[in-house]
Amino acid sequence: MSTEPSHLRGVPKPHRGAGPAMDKLHTFKLMVRARVLEERMISMQKSGNSFFWIGGPGEEGFNVPLGLQVKKGQGLDHDYLHLHYRSSAIMLAMGMDPIDALRQAGSKATDPFSGGRNFVNHYAVPKWNVVPGSSPIEVQYSVAPGTARAQKRHGGDGITIVNGGDAGTAEADFATCLNWSSQPNWELPILILVVNNKWGISTPFDEVHGDRIIVRRAESFGIRWDVVDGNDPEASWSRLAEAMAYVRAERKPFALEAMVSRLNGHSSSSGANRVDDEPDCVRDFGERLIEEGLITRDEVDALVEQNTKEMGTLSERVRAEPEPEPSAAYDHIFTES
Amino acid sequence: MATIAQAVRLALHVGETRLGVTDIFGEDVGPPLGGVFTCTQGLETTWNSPLDERGIVGTSFGLALAGCRNVAEIQFCDYIHNTIDLLRLIGNARWSSAGQFSVPLVLATPVGAGIHGSIYHSQSIDAMATHIPGWKVVLPSTPKDAYGLLITAIQDPDPVMFLYPKALIRAPGKEKIPGEPENPKELSKMIDAPLGDARAGWKPKWPELEDFSIPIGKARVTHAGTDVTVVSYGRTAPLCTKAAEKLADEGVFVEVIDLRSLYPYDWEAVVGSVRKTGRFLTVNEDTEVTNFGEHLIRRVVDECFYELEAPPRLLAGANVPGIGLAWNLERASVPQPDGIEAAIRELSRQYA
Repeated sequence: MSTEPSHLRGVPKPHRGAGPAMDKLHTFKLMVRARVLEERMISMQKSGNSFFWIGGPGEEGFNVPLGLQVKKGQGLDHDYLHLHYRSSAIMLAMGMDPIDALRQAGSKATDPFSGGRNFVNHYAVPKWNVVPGSSPIEVQYSVAPGTARAQKRHGGDGITIVNGGDAGTAEADFATCLNWSSQPNWELPILILVVNNKWGISTPFDEVHGDRIIVRRAESFGIRWDVVDGNDPEASWSRLAEAMAYVRAERKPFALEAMVSRLNGHSSSSGANRVDDEPDCVRDFGERLIEEGLITRDEVDALVEQNTKEMGTLSERVRAEPEPEPSAAYDHIFTES
Repeated sequence: MATIAQAVRLALHVGETRLGVTDIFGEDVGPPLGGVFTCTQGLETTWNSPLDERGIVGTSFGLALAGCRNVAEIQFCDYIHNTIDLLRLIGNARWSSAGQFSVPLVLATPVGAGIHGSIYHSQSIDAMATHIPGWKVVLPSTPKDAYGLLITAIQDPDPVMFLYPKALIRAPGKEKIPGEPENPKELSKMIDAPLGDARAGWKPKWPELEDFSIPIGKARVTHAGTDVTVVSYGRTAPLCTKAAEKLADEGVFVEVIDLRSLYPYDWEAVVGSVRKTGRFLTVNEDTEVTNFGEHLIRRVVDECFYELEAPPRLLAGANVPGIGLAWNLERASVPQPDGIEAAIRELSRQYA
């Protein structure tokens, strides 16, 4: 994990230390809930109740602080989100009902995001500006400048947030995002996130990338950038707060790279088994809060148990829900249909 | 009469002044050039993009998701191929979100051979474009059709590919766009940007255009006949019409249908004509293997087999890697007037 760049690199003074204070306990509770949700999705796949799993265990320490600071709503005055498929903790922090994620995991007709069409963790929520997520790992970087351009013209303080993994930044879309976000006289209010877990399926980042710090590429475009330990929710909260304050007020892009863990491998295609050689942000933050006296170990255990029970009940409910009808394959192709 | 370049400009003017278009953009689309074919001169909402097709298509999608109705241009369709996964993404956005998101955008790009464009300014993408579900695809061959279909494409809540034949971009139309001045010289004076220094500070004077549009999915019969049905679109459509006029003198009565829309397409027009003539030829300039015309033939065989008097035929581009620059190579690669005439004549004499 590189800690070399200053976290204040390039952020103008008025935005340093900006944003609301973090509610540590609330953040931790959401992190636990997000982790248990992902674990439930994995067990649904392993028990044959879901065809496939891909998700974000290990990204909760960054994603919950992100989701809690989104300016949530519909239209140009609110934030647009272009999310990759490891973003369940962002959605939960924004207020998603976890049963909806389980419905998508189970390919049910009740799946509100895709009606049983898409993989799990591929969200689409118009009322929160969460645009349809897709499996190509990088295309969102080419699409996000479009919503940001509309917001630049509109004014206000709504911004566009795009995230993706380190592997996807090898695609040209990442360069597209940097260039289109930094056009002279048309700098865009966009927060460009790279969530670096140092893996692309089975290939280590260092084996196939020459650059050590991905967001340093932003410097060539005059875009301010920073690197943060995404396993540390408090550091993540404050860096995100500063970056968002800057993008909202200055209407200019900011690139932030979060170093995170990948705790269950790439997807169910690689077994989704838990790894034990990477830091666990949920466990570590829990230990910190216990030390600080904000929560007891028993309360942590009870929290995990309560969430596990709830997710179990929800997934049982989902099991009983219907698949889409075969004729639904022809629904929603065009507006008139 | 107006050319296709002028017709596109007029439709975009209506788009940005009456139909809510917020952005018209692409490589060299904004001032000073206004498009390599002058299609975007004098408009208010044009801007120049980086030379980055993925950025153009991605931004168009993002703008549409944010409610901004926009027209994006790929300068030549030969350069669209690195955006295919984004085109698929756009095509499935509505469907994959269970109908929650609409994508009101138009992607315009000139297609086809006929301007000595060599390997990378002559391609056709009809097969590729119609192979991406979720898109509507139009390919007009006249200025009036180009105008009317672009107006409809702009109003459509779903993504539309507006393909136009570059060989015909500067050919004047035979029919007036409603509201167009009688004298083409007057129109040119009003909306064609002057060359050189005079362009700085120049403003177009737009004619008072009447409300007019052409629905997507409606073909146009350009020559009525009873002996052979010929379905074409784009550059080869007027060539088919000309061949039909010539063959009428020989007593061969050819019905020519300009399909205009490739998806959805006007099957009723095609099948109605084939049932009348019993003979079917489809002509386009895309490469012949896995060609859009093959799809039409498959449906003709499926639905009209016992009414056919001869095997249905496809006249298309040769299955070669590119259109060579030398005239002999281009002529050998895409349908030409003599080949079209010969194919129709032969089919008219053939019996199953």
